[in-house]
Amino acid sequence: MNEETRVKTDQTPRPAGRGFRPSMSELHTWVGLLLGWVLYAMFLTGTVSYFKDELSQWMRPEMPHRAAVPDRAEAAQRIADELAAIAPGTAQWSLRLPDARTNSVYAFWRVPSAGPGQRAFDEANFDPATGGKVTARDTQGGDFFYRFHFQFHYMPVVWGRWLAGAAAMFMLMAIISGVITHKKIFVDFFTFRWGKGQRSWLDAHNALSVFGLPFHAMITYTGLVTLMAMYMPWGEQAAFREPAERRAYTAELSVFIQPGKPDGVPAPLASVAEMVRQAGERWGHDNVGRVTATHPGDTAARVAVARGEAGRVSMSPQYMEFDGATGRLLQIREGVGAAAETRGVLYALHLGRFSDTVTRWLYFLVSAMGTAMVGTGLVMWTVKRRQKLPDPERPHMGFRAVERLNIASIAGLSVAMTAFLWSNRLLPETLAARADWEIHTFFIVWALTLVHAVLRPAGRAWVEQLWAAAALLALLPVLNAVMTPRPLWHSLAAGDAVFVGMDLMCWALAALHGVLAMRTARHRATLRPAARPARPAVAGGVLREG
Amino acid sequence: MIRVVAPVVTRIRAFGPVAARIVAALFGGYALAALSGVAVLALPVSKLQAVIAGMLASFLIWAGAVVWVFAARSAARAWAGLLIAAAPLLAAAWSVW
Repeated sequence: MNEETRVKTDQTPRPAGRGFRPSMSELHTWVGLLLGWVLYAMFLTGTVSYFKDELSQWMRPEMPHRAAVPDRAEAAQRIADELAAIAPGTAQWSLRLPDARTNSVYAFWRVPSAGPGQRAFDEANFDPATGGKVTARDTQGGDFFYRFHFQFHYMPVVWGRWLAGAAAMFMLMAIISGVITHKKIFVDFFTFRWGKGQRSWLDAHNALSVFGLPFHAMITYTGLVTLMAMYMPWGEQAAFREPAERRAYTAELSVFIQPGKPDGVPAPLASVAEMVRQAGERWGHDNVGRVTATHPGDTAARVAVARGEAGRVSMSPQYMEFDGATGRLLQIREGVGAAAETRGVLYALHLGRFSDTVTRWLYFLVSAMGTAMVGTGLVMWTVKRRQKLPDPERPHMGFRAVERLNIASIAGLSVAMTAFLWSNRLLPETLAARADWEIHTFFIVWALTLVHAVLRPAGRAWVEQLWAAAALLALLPVLNAVMTPRPLWHSLAAGDAVFVGMDLMCWALAALHGVLAMRTARHRATLRPAARPARPAVAGGVLREG
Repeated sequence: MIRVVAPVVTRIRAFGPVAARIVAALFGGYALAALSGVAVLALPVSKLQAVIAGMLASFLIWAGAVVWVFAARSAARAWAGLLIAAAPLLAAAWSVW
């Protein structure tokens, strides 16, 4: 660290040939390291979030497999009726209609007369067949990884989102400086040198980065775009002073119609099913995404039925707005301004909700490559410096910290995420705050992997944690077979793609972790005796890329 | 006494310019991006679209600023560059605030 900073300072004369590219190389190194662990966790949880609906299904095994999507209009009506019963007087509710990937309906509503300090919103999952609340085990399902991905946990949502934004900005800088650093981008893509220590890590890092470069750049920038109104509110604050202007601005971005003032005159909500049908006639009955109502039960009620995300790569609000009391169609919104549409497209690219199954798998795979890109980068930081250490047997504090944090945040995260799924199957259903305890399990196990990484020799800690992840993943389908009436053979017979896919994915990921564990173990075995005589030669060589 | 203080001073002198650049990249870059998000309102287009376009562009402006800050020959030049870029933006932002 000392040596590095001294090279960077302005007081010391610049070494000959030190220009734009070396300074970008250093920027890449430090920007990549500083929030690298946060980025790795964001990348991995974000990657699995492409299958968050499937994960949620798997984590609520009491909800039966449904071969066909229930009639959306009927389902919307049932849940609207239920919401009228459980949240009378709410200013706004919104529900996501069932589709091929979900077997429950997620809804949230404003808590009527929520005092200061109380939660303003409440949420629940509903059974589209009965309209009642889902009676399955209490869990956040795949939404935990999804929310962790951009707001973390155990901290105010706003802090988490700022941290995620800072990490995304660091990622953007790492990508830009990485591309500038890397001058032989095309040639290096076809170069791979196995078993050459640092060279191999660099080649892997390069291949992963370059292949997915358009995706990595896109996903990082669009990630910032999803929360840009929070990160960059200045233009908005300068431009809009009137409430009407602000409403027009919100309407360009959000499908959620905002509640105005209620009339105070009760009037039952007109048929929601009829409104959903009207929207279905326009956009396709399987392409109606969301129903939002404001002041239901009042003569001022409004209902917006939004278009689904299939067949358009955009999250821009498109909806039909109805008078809630009479059911009369008030307006159809099918377009926003150019900048707003650009933002809608970028937002949609990030979430990938428009994807069919093949596209979603592509998203998952390239995003997994992005995760590996961050991971190999982090490992390379230590591999590169180990050779320059005065005494590699006794590295300095900073090096040891990075080395151990790498183990817990890469191998340890796999263990913790799998432990989260284990806790979903093992925690008793009667446990109070059960969903929270699943999440606590995740963090407790993650913390334990850090303790383990600190206590064990680094190389062995890697191997042991990778094996732990492989074992937990490999045994998860077994646990599922024991704890639920939905083992693999049953799911296969029922044609239940979600449960079959989950079991197979667990084994595929177990194999991946097993291979990584074996390679790490073998690498250590072969490197130890050979590294000693070779070290002076390597240390003297030119290691910096570019 | 000198023995104790001298290395500290050396370290501060060595790290000062780097710290100046880090501050310039983090806060100077953000300020420039935020400023451009307001300055964009001076363009003769719909306010609504200008605000959104300004937000979309701000992260790229920030990224560009960071590249400049670390590529500049010295910390002083890095800051000077940011201020020169900020001047016209400030004038434009002033006209609409």
